Amino acid sequence: MSNVPTELKYAPSHEWVRNEGNGIFTVGISEHAQELLGDMVFVELPEEGDTFSVGDDCAVAESVKAASDIYAPLSGEIVEVNEELEDSPETVNNDPYGDGWLFKIKAEDESELNNLLNAEAYAASIEDE
Amino acid sequence: MASKTPLYDAHVAAGAKMVDFHGWDMPLNYGSQIEEHHAVRQHAGVFDVSHMTIVDATGPEAKAYLRHLLANDVAKLTQPGKALYTGMLNEEGGVIDDLIVYYFADDSYRLVVNSATRDKDMAWLMKQAGEFDVSVTERQEFAMVALQGPEAEEKVAVLLSDDQYGQVKQMKPFFGVQHGDVFVATTGYTGEKGYEIIVPNELIVSVWDKLLANGVKPCGLGARDTLRLEAGLNLYGQDMDETVSPLAANMAWSVAFEPADRDFVGRAALEQQKEAGTEKLIGLVMEDKGVLRAGLKVTVDGGEGVITSGTFSPTLGYSIALARVPQPVGETAQVEMRKKMVTVKVVKPSFVRNGQAVVKPL
Repeated sequence: MSNVPTELKYAPSHEWVRNEGNGIFTVGISEHAQELLGDMVFVELPEEGDTFSVGDDCAVAESVKAASDIYAPLSGEIVEVNEELEDSPETVNNDPYGDGWLFKIKAEDESELNNLLNAEAYAASIEDE
Repeated sequence: MASKTPLYDAHVAAGAKMVDFHGWDMPLNYGSQIEEHHAVRQHAGVFDVSHMTIVDATGPEAKAYLRHLLANDVAKLTQPGKALYTGMLNEEGGVIDDLIVYYFADDSYRLVVNSATRDKDMAWLMKQAGEFDVSVTERQEFAMVALQGPEAEEKVAVLLSDDQYGQVKQMKPFFGVQHGDVFVATTGYTGEKGYEIIVPNELIVSVWDKLLANGVKPCGLGARDTLRLEAGLNLYGQDMDETVSPLAANMAWSVAFEPADRDFVGRAALEQQKEAGTEKLIGLVMEDKGVLRAGLKVTVDGGEGVITSGTFSPTLGYSIALARVPQPVGETAQVEMRKKMVTVKVVKPSFVRNGQAVVKPL
C-alpha cells in the first residue's frame, strides 16, 4: 500500500499539492505514480514565470518505462522549479513528497483547491488500479 | 494462469515486482532497476532465467540434424563444451528463434532457446527431426540462473568444490561444462563476464540463496533489458522475428555460408537476400534529454526505418537504441519523437562491454 500523506491534496492524474501559504503551492507526483513509472531518468520542468491553466501539461517525467506528462493541478504562475532533479531525477523515486518535489506555483484562484482530492479519496482512487 | 519458475517464492521474498512475461510470472525488478543494472556492470548480479527452454538433441545423426536445422554450422564445434550462437530460420530466411547450442559429442548437443517461442520452437525442432536418427528432448526438470558481472568469477565459488572451481576459473568464453549436478557455462546476455548455471529444479533455490548470501544482487527483467541493449544483443520478437532476415538483424556473422554444400533451412532465401541487399540493424545514440523508444520512426539516407529497441542507458547516461533501416545509412538519423524531429548519431550496434563505453561510428 502506497504512502498517501494526509496533509496534501491530490489530482486524479497523481500530482500532489502542498499549501506553503501566501498563495504558493508545491507540486510533485505521488508515491504511487513513481511506483507505476519506475526509475526516473529525466525530468523536464517548466520555466520560472511560465503560466498554466489547471490541467495543462506543464512538465514531463520520463522513466525507464515511459514519458508521462505532468498536469498543472492549479492555474497560476511557476515561481520556482526543483533544479536538483536535473542531475538527480531518482530523487522523485526516493523521496516523492520531500526532496523530489517538481515546482512551486502561485495560484491564480485558490478555490480551485476544492476540486482536488483529499488523501482519503485519492487513496481510494488508486486502490482500484 | 501464468507459469511460475521454482524461484517464484524467492523472488516474492526478495521484494520483486512480478509481471507477466510471455505466460511466465517473472520479476521486473526488486526496487530500482537502475541500481540492479549498475550492480551487474560494477559487481555481480543474478537473474532467474528458468523460463528459458532447454532441449537436448542426441543420437547418431544429431550433428547432421543440427547442421540442417541451424544457420550457423555446428561442425565448427569440436571441443567438448564449446558453445555457438545461431539463428534457427524458416525457408523464407526469417528468424524462428535465436539460440545457443552446446557441443558435448557428435551425438550429443544441448540447445537453450527462448521462452516466448517455446511452443513453435518445439514444433519446428520435431518437424525438422523428420528423417534424422535423433532424439529431441525438452529438459523441464532443470532450472537456470545467470550470474553476471566483473565479480561473477569470485562469486561462483560458493556453488562449487575447490577442484571444480579451479576448472571453472580456467574456462574460456562460450563453453559449458557439467560438474556433478551443476552445469556451468561462460555465457550471458549482459556484455559482462559471467556464467549461466543449470541445475535440477530442486537445487535452484539453494543456488539462489547461496549467491545472494555471497553478496550477489538479484536482478529482474528491467535490468536484463537495459544491459543486453547496451551490449547490442538482440531480443527475439523485438529486434528480429520470423519476418526479418538475420542479415537485417546484425546476425550475418552467425550465418555460416561455408561450406557451400551445407544445405541448411533458409539458405536459398538468404543467398537471394544477400544478392539483393537487405535492411541493416544500426545503433543510435541521443545525448540530449529524452528516451528513444521501440516503434519510433527513423529516417536515414536510404529512407524510413524503425527503432526496434530503445532505452535510457544507465551506464552512458543518455539514450541508446537499435534500429532497422534501409541502406545507405549516413552518419546521423532523424527520429520522430513526441511530435518533433530529433537528429541522433548513428553508431555500431554495441554500446557498452565489460563496464566500458564502446560507442563507435558505423
